[in-house]
Amino acid sequence: MPTEKPLTQSIPAGGEALSLQGYERLGGYQGLRRALQMTPKQVQEEVTNSGLRGRGGAGFPTGMKWSFTPMGADAPRPKYVVANADEMEPGTFKDRYLMEGNPHQLIEGLILAGFAIEADVAFIFIRGEYKLSQERLARAITEAYSAGYLGRNILSSDYALEMYLHVSAGRYMCGEETGLLNALEGKRANPRAKPPFPQVSGLWGKPTIVNNVETLANVPHILEKGAKWFQGLSLTKDAGTKLYGASGKVKRPGLWELPMGTTIREILEEHAGGMRDGVRFRGVLPGGASTDFLVEEHLDVAMDYTSVQKAGSRLGTGTMIVLDDQTCPVGITANLTHFFAQESCGWCTPCWSGLKWATKILDAIEDGQGRPGDLDKLSYLSTFWSPGHTFCALAPGAAEPVQSALKFFRDDFERHIHEKRCSWRS
Amino acid sequence: MGTIYIDGKASEADPKQNLLHACLSLGLNLPYFCWHPAMGSVGACRQCAVKQFKDAQDTRGRLVMACMTPAAPDTRISLQDPEAVAFRAGIIEGMMLNHPHDCPVCDEGGECHLQDMTVMTGHDYRRSRFPKRTFHDQYLGPFVYHQMNRCIQCYRCVRFYRNYAGEDDLNAFGISNEVFFGREQDGVLKSEFAGNLVEVCPTGVFTDRTLRRHYTRKWDLRMAPSICGHCSLGCNTTMGERYGLLRRVVNRFNSEVNGYFLCDRGRYGYEFVNSEQRIRAAQINGAPTSVTEAKRRLSSLVAGGQQLIGIGSPRASIESNYALRRLVGKDRFFCGVSDGEWERTRAMVEILQAGPARSASLRDVELSDAVLILGEDVTNSAPRMALSVRQSLRQQSFETTQKLRVPLWMDDAVREIAQAKRSPLFIAAAGATRLDDVATATYKAAPEDIARLGFAVAHEIDAKAPEVPDLSGEMRELAATIATALTGAKHPLVIAGPSCRSISVIESAANVARALCDNGHSAALSLIAPACNSFGLALLGARPMSEALAAVQDHGDATLIVLENDLYRQLPAKLVDGYLAKAAHLIVLDQLGNGTTAKAELLLPAGTFAESDGTLVSNEGRAQRFFQVFVPEDGIKESWRWLGDQSWSSLDDVLSEIGTEIPRLASVIGAAPLSSFRIAGAKIPREPHRYSGRTSITANISVVEPKPPDDPDSSLSYSMEGASIQPPAALQPFFWAPGWNSIQAVNKFQSEIGEALRGGVPGVRLFETSTGGGYFDGIPNPFTRRTQEWLLLPIEHIFGSEELSAHASSIAELVTEPYLALNPADAAGFLAEGKPTVVEVAFGGLKQRVPLKVLAELPSGLAGIPAGLTALCGEELPAWCRIERAS
Repeated sequence: MPTEKPLTQSIPAGGEALSLQGYERLGGYQGLRRALQMTPKQVQEEVTNSGLRGRGGAGFPTGMKWSFTPMGADAPRPKYVVANADEMEPGTFKDRYLMEGNPHQLIEGLILAGFAIEADVAFIFIRGEYKLSQERLARAITEAYSAGYLGRNILSSDYALEMYLHVSAGRYMCGEETGLLNALEGKRANPRAKPPFPQVSGLWGKPTIVNNVETLANVPHILEKGAKWFQGLSLTKDAGTKLYGASGKVKRPGLWELPMGTTIREILEEHAGGMRDGVRFRGVLPGGASTDFLVEEHLDVAMDYTSVQKAGSRLGTGTMIVLDDQTCPVGITANLTHFFAQESCGWCTPCWSGLKWATKILDAIEDGQGRPGDLDKLSYLSTFWSPGHTFCALAPGAAEPVQSALKFFRDDFERHIHEKRCSWRS
Repeated sequence: MGTIYIDGKASEADPKQNLLHACLSLGLNLPYFCWHPAMGSVGACRQCAVKQFKDAQDTRGRLVMACMTPAAPDTRISLQDPEAVAFRAGIIEGMMLNHPHDCPVCDEGGECHLQDMTVMTGHDYRRSRFPKRTFHDQYLGPFVYHQMNRCIQCYRCVRFYRNYAGEDDLNAFGISNEVFFGREQDGVLKSEFAGNLVEVCPTGVFTDRTLRRHYTRKWDLRMAPSICGHCSLGCNTTMGERYGLLRRVVNRFNSEVNGYFLCDRGRYGYEFVNSEQRIRAAQINGAPTSVTEAKRRLSSLVAGGQQLIGIGSPRASIESNYALRRLVGKDRFFCGVSDGEWERTRAMVEILQAGPARSASLRDVELSDAVLILGEDVTNSAPRMALSVRQSLRQQSFETTQKLRVPLWMDDAVREIAQAKRSPLFIAAAGATRLDDVATATYKAAPEDIARLGFAVAHEIDAKAPEVPDLSGEMRELAATIATALTGAKHPLVIAGPSCRSISVIESAANVARALCDNGHSAALSLIAPACNSFGLALLGARPMSEALAAVQDHGDATLIVLENDLYRQLPAKLVDGYLAKAAHLIVLDQLGNGTTAKAELLLPAGTFAESDGTLVSNEGRAQRFFQVFVPEDGIKESWRWLGDQSWSSLDDVLSEIGTEIPRLASVIGAAPLSSFRIAGAKIPREPHRYSGRTSITANISVVEPKPPDDPDSSLSYSMEGASIQPPAALQPFFWAPGWNSIQAVNKFQSEIGEALRGGVPGVRLFETSTGGGYFDGIPNPFTRRTQEWLLLPIEHIFGSEELSAHASSIAELVTEPYLALNPADAAGFLAEGKPTVVEVAFGGLKQRVPLKVLAELPSGLAGIPAGLTALCGEELPAWCRIERAS
């Protein structure tokens, strides 16, 4: 079994960031040096061959995403690359760890993505609350300029890239690829219709790619060690390692870089230490708040894109929220739905209207005011938010915990309505 | 066209369009909110969902938004699919969760798109038991009433206001189901097109604040097609009346002219009709008299053997002007405007008739891809045109859009691609204009220099055009830049007009248009006229006013007849006093009391556009007919009826006589069908089928239902009965169709969505291009400022500069106080420290005290006064004036 942890093994213990010198000593910017000897197309192909898929939640093949960018002398300019560091998915804190611990890894990944699409400008769009990450990235960007990794003639090549750190004013919608682009332009963070895709008309109408922080952090290693090496890191056909996390009433909540395809059971029992004494496992949101609950029967599901999907949920961000038997499933669903309803940008009707209605129904049930028929309404709403019905993925994501809670914890919902109270409340 | 399959039926659809456009064009009922035919698709409301199938074998299909899906050939969709039907009802349910259901007390009720769509989807039962969200409403000025609780978050308001009309003080604030559409704080909406929000909003968030004061449901309005008389563009409107009060004006779609939108002067100016200043009864020497007595006096004055002298009006219809001209004889018919204005107007007509450039309709303006404006602040002088110019700026960016294969109806994506890329717009004006924010370059100068720039551009395009002597390097460079932009465009447009009071400016614009046309460019020319029928009067023909004085003097006992014209607004007061004093008798016909009517021996109450029928010729040269919406109870009559031949029994008689007598106006009769026109033997009802109270309106007087008034002049009836099929477009009294009670029922009347009404484009164009003529060579000398004198110019104001609309109470609230404007450097010498300064302006023996206003972009050496808003408004400008600080 491979034990390599390319993304996290260089991060110093004790909360310090890896310095530029430290990063370089451990092989940092070697991937960039190698890439600069290649053509952008070759870099794209290397990433495509590696099988790297987006780590932000959607799992789109990264190399393929890049390959849609218009290339060559006729391509519109400037082109942009954007690191999506607006990590706002409830229960998710993996990108923060990468940025705080090894900012140069992200910067190198972003430069490589930029080189691969012949981008002129790079942005790191970072969540406003991530103060420490901001400080460390800002310093690292300055260092990268001084060391010749950014600016004109990067490492004496013909390639030039300017990089900016942009601090988000803060909205969940800013994490949506096109909402992010609108926010970066200073507009409301509403999503955009696709097509046209950002690769064709992105930031300020120019070709743009947006990648998640963890996705980009993988790129230097792929370029340094090769696609084959990257595929070998995984236990399944989805390549690489993955940052998995666990929160909730487990013994050791945390974050671990493990081979892609590690089972839920191994993550929860071996790495998170199992449930705390006195509480029992009831279910888990495998990849953040916008994924379907999985339950006991799914514990042996491998945490990769295909397996989790087959089990009825999504890998999402790979950071799990564990539900135990002493926490009310109605309460957690209501809480999550509140979040999504509050963060709806207000653009499409099923989302802005339906989510608020759902929170009111869920609150009523939790408060003992539920009525017969409420669950039918919730079921109806969760299909109302199906992909394609809404403008973007926010409401379909919000539907996932609701529909799966109704499936797996229906008895608890019905008991709330029948008994007119929440039995978890004293 | 391609074939698409809708619920199994093959239909024709334009593949360049989206499925919603296709379905509506086919006459199908598919509900929508955020989409607007003039603003395209954004996919926000999700109301127009349909089921799309991959191919004939696919039976599952998936929901797509019709507005966001191209109508590509072989597309298979279902509107009736149960999942699509249920989803659409679900969208309405979602909107209705917070909508207050206050239709009975909502001004939109009965013509509400949200009501229509709700009924269309079948949603009728509230499943939510929770409280609704509420908002604070704002004061948005005299035109638009705000009631945010009704909002369904379709975003049309901000898309119209910001993207389409280009103003930024209305915005979307907040998120989730609490998005607030309003201003940062209470205040008057800045856009001159804010009134369109009333029609753009699908429900009652933005409603007509003036209608609110004398509210009537749409179904209770008697309506008639009209033409806006508040500028020269000839926008088509629908008037609504009840109980003898004009209640409101809404847009009447005309694909070639105003499309879907009006300006606020046009929408709200109507209230002058209800003004207390109205002349409602005939007067003899200031004392009210009966219609019979007035008629008797009129005939005795007319037949009394005295010399008759008629003064026409650029704001009266062709028919009324003709009736006066006929009465007094063409040699004694005078134009009623200053010699300067008459010369400019005639020159413009001549240029448009004899020149090679097409006289631009507003649609042509919108489709232009490079625009040069010479001497006009279009937003203030011909407001609706500014909205068209703004849309024209998108044309060049569409090339990039098409290269990226993004369809033009995909509004947000198209705007994203365009970014700040705008087609060239050059504005040369004697000060700041409301389009400066989107101009490629502006040039602020005195009229002489604006004209020189125009002549220089023409010469740059065509060396045969006369060269401007002593051209500065800077101006030559600018002219070259403009010439390059215009010649590089597919549809270049030149706009000019009378605002600078300079014929050279107009001639220079004509030269640019000619230079473009002569060099193979398909150029259009738009010349703004001073008033709604200036061109009609010019085509009719009249003698200049300077000759009128002699005529009055020649005949000491002359009877002067003034038609709908306050001469004190047209000519220097001293001159007018002279005319009026020398005439033995003065007959005035007008609508509102003014300086001229005050001196009338016989004052006759003239019908406004709401009480008359007649024809106006717009700046495009489009003759369009307006129709009476109500018969006033008192003695008010059309001026042509007061003055006309006793043998005339209807407007048709006037029109056919004009056709015979004035060959160049022969086609005017075709502007609308004649009064004999019938549909299956029936007239076209002005009252909708739900008109209520017909039998009880006068029941307090008599329970016998009175016979409705006859209308000999048109094929419209004062009834709710009559033809039920679509009339010819020029006669369309209102837009209403089964299931479509709001103004968006216009969909049902168009040949294709957004295109001409099925009955054709209303009106007839009188100007067509010609190969004759040549270049003008009257190039003025450069402007040289004087040390102690300023060149006084009028500054047009959308609210106030036009005579009649300024009497509308809502507009009156926004009329600027009189002022004298100087640029900061020029003003510095007069400004008193920290307090308002009043100056005395003196020229031609006149003195006027006005507050001093500093206008940053007014060129040095010029002084500005608001047009039509001071006692100086009849003086011939520009004029050199002296300015002193008033003690």
